[in-house]
Amino acid sequence: MNDRNAPTAEVRGLADELATNSLLGDLRREFLDLLAGCSRNIAFTADERIMSAGQPADRFWLIRHGRVDIEIDGGPRGTIVIDRLDPGELLGVSWIAEPYLTEFDATAVERGSAIVVDAACLRAKCNQDHELGHELYRRFAIRLRDRLHATRLQLLDIYRPGA
Amino acid sequence: MTPVTAIVDAVRRDLTDTVTLALALPDELPIPEPGQFAMLWMPGVGEIPISYSGIGPGPRVEHTVRAVGQTSAALAAVGLGDVIGVRGPFGRGWQLDGLEHRDLLIVAGGLGLAPLRPVVELAAAGGIVARSVRLFVGAREPAGMLYADDLDRRWASLEPRLSVDHADATWRGAVGPVSVVLGDALGDALDRSGDLAALVCGPEILMSVISRQLVGAGVAPERIQVSLERNMQCGVGHCGHCQLGPLFTCVDAPVVGWDVAGPLLAVRER
Repeated sequence: MNDRNAPTAEVRGLADELATNSLLGDLRREFLDLLAGCSRNIAFTADERIMSAGQPADRFWLIRHGRVDIEIDGGPRGTIVIDRLDPGELLGVSWIAEPYLTEFDATAVERGSAIVVDAACLRAKCNQDHELGHELYRRFAIRLRDRLHATRLQLLDIYRPGA
Repeated sequence: MTPVTAIVDAVRRDLTDTVTLALALPDELPIPEPGQFAMLWMPGVGEIPISYSGIGPGPRVEHTVRAVGQTSAALAAVGLGDVIGVRGPFGRGWQLDGLEHRDLLIVAGGLGLAPLRPVVELAAAGGIVARSVRLFVGAREPAGMLYADDLDRRWASLEPRLSVDHADATWRGAVGPVSVVLGDALGDALDRSGDLAALVCGPEILMSVISRQLVGAGVAPERIQVSLERNMQCGVGHCGHCQLGPLFTCVDAPVVGWDVAGPLLAVRER
């Protein structure tokens, strides 16, 4: 008997990789399979632009190897690195809410790889299965909270003389 | 209570606005403990509290001074062979006993690395009896990283984790508050957080954030030491300028446990 809904070997392989991710690894296996169905592996080279401000936020990345800088164009100050993501971290959060537009640039610090997730595909699955949506958004909220706290500390500029 | 004169033995520029002065310690003054401070007096200008950023070898101490006010700017401008006034050592330093079975985290932000420098030197030389020592240092930007050469070379055995709030692409360390790199390490050590101890020094906001982060990870507040900076003047607990709740920080501090400092810093100043 052939189950047409059974995940393919490729999806199972991706789900196995997702299971090692610190953010999403503890999702139920069926959810990992659903997520893997929207995912693929990519490689990037040093200095490769992975994400560009102003572009549609139609995907996100889970970094497997290498580090990635989140940058902003500082005009006369040049490119300013505002965060550096290590393996295991989430790159790209603008796909979570409308208008689905990328806010920052992202450039690979070194050669690496990531699992890239098709955001429209995942949003559709979340709309069909609200428990999947809840489990995913709960985890993303934790990461967003941590980044918000870190950003607030950066904004305080605590090392400024007299701060 | 009267300053004794000390000769400036060496001057090293650390950052654009920060220098380290080496002083030949006058015979009248005792050898300080790491974490204590001295009152440095610039004749005709003023006197300010500055922690010891180097102790020894021999009767020689170092003070790292950032030019932010009149007196600190005058101190940062002294030259080799100049004479300044010194009182001290004052206060309570870092408590390094009882670490045999603990992993020690040293967390510094900005100029907060200066009061920790004697401890870091000791650790790099294998002079601290602890299960392990890990160093985390934060700065505003790469050019603001204090003792960058020491971090690169002499303290490399401690595998320092460096983080800056903002960087350009040439920076190879982490970007973001030092609490983020500390958080990664805590995530790895959560199963043994009860064995952690920490020395934390930096801007007060950072010390609060880091200490709460450590407590949240299971580190006992009394195992976290922070260094408080207040308006130290007399150095002997008489004038009261440095009072913080029940503490005269020039005597009972600057180094205190988070179990003591936490509740005091939670009281809003008016």
